[in-house]
Amino acid sequence: MTAPETTAAPTPSPAPTAAALALGDDALVLSHRLGEWAGHAPVLEEEVALANIALDLLGQARLLLSMAGDEDDLAYLREERAFRNLQLVEQENGDFAHTIVRQLYFSTYQHLLYAELAAGAGPFAPLAAKAVKEVAYHRDHAEQWALRLGDGTAESHERTRRASEALWRFTGEMFQPVEGVDVDWKGMEAAWLASVGEVLRRATLTVPEGPRTGAWAAGAGRQGLHTESFGRMLAEMQHLHRSHPGASW
Amino acid sequence: MVTLTPLETELFALAGSVPDPELPVLTLHELGVLRAVHVRDADSVEVELTPTYTGCPAIEAMSLDIERVLQEHGVREVTVRTVLAPAWSTDDITAEGRRKLREFGIAPPRLAAAAGPVAVRLGPTRTLDPAAEAVLCPHCGSADTELLSRFSSTACKALRRCLDCREPFDHFKEL
Repeated sequence: MTAPETTAAPTPSPAPTAAALALGDDALVLSHRLGEWAGHAPVLEEEVALANIALDLLGQARLLLSMAGDEDDLAYLREERAFRNLQLVEQENGDFAHTIVRQLYFSTYQHLLYAELAAGAGPFAPLAAKAVKEVAYHRDHAEQWALRLGDGTAESHERTRRASEALWRFTGEMFQPVEGVDVDWKGMEAAWLASVGEVLRRATLTVPEGPRTGAWAAGAGRQGLHTESFGRMLAEMQHLHRSHPGASW
Repeated sequence: MVTLTPLETELFALAGSVPDPELPVLTLHELGVLRAVHVRDADSVEVELTPTYTGCPAIEAMSLDIERVLQEHGVREVTVRTVLAPAWSTDDITAEGRRKLREFGIAPPRLAAAAGPVAVRLGPTRTLDPAAEAVLCPHCGSADTELLSRFSSTACKALRRCLDCREPFDHFKEL
């Protein structure tokens, strides 16, 4: 893939590479995870919805990674430890409830982050102003499904409860400040807790009580430390490109 | 306000007449994605295009189509630049574009709803928001329609169903 030359007017200052990588890797990795649902989603409409959300995220990833270097080299030729994404987005899809809760946690965060970036004048403002409107639909999709599953059958409720607790420990990392991203992290965290808490309560679930980060995991993804399944995901994502260097169609 | 030369006006109209690769009933002008045409010198032209969605794969086909049309018109060198700001909105679709969408069986986006999705109350199977302007069925014009899925054949559309004529239809979502 080759992105068309992208610029924004007025020309902003160059994006800090570390920040572009962190935000770009979040989008790329979650896009790949959602793409894994293709052919497996519970109903056709969700197959299409998840693929469309993945496509939005891939578009963000291409623009962000292009700010940091060559998008293909960055996506396909980096080793696991060079990725700067949150551990939350690399978590396996699990069942549909697990994917929806991951979407709820992440899209609420991303919506708050992009809204702040869009309101500023930094290098990410043009992209954020565009993407925040798309992410609003991702968040809405996740919220409506969280309500339906949580306040659904005993089975769907139990699966959603399990997912909300299993993924909780990956949510603290989202608010570790990223160098070059000028936002109010503390304020964003409070807004995230209020927003997600409200959805969980309306979904008849309780806000998990466990820690939002493990001592072993604090800031880990942003420092290149990833969980076990990430290496397998990368192997699948990168093997075609690495097996056929320079191939095109 | 930038004044266009007669040549730029002509090339802008040519580039704007290119059909959208995804929705060929619309031209790029009607979709509102063509931002500017600058004539650099005798046979070198720069075109500014903005994507509808960040990940819209059609942008590359649009760029190639614009290059082809302008080159056929004798422009030797065409550069298509993608610009992000100001972000495209469905309000940029022209009135003629909306009419064509409806005729094509796609409910056009409602105007001035750029704030994104509206929070709605959820019933067992239907999503109804009494406060929002109704999405009219493009087939029979009924206002009694329901949301089936927030994402349809492409990210920019939602799938709905008319409760009067029972036909499913795509709705170009407000962005």
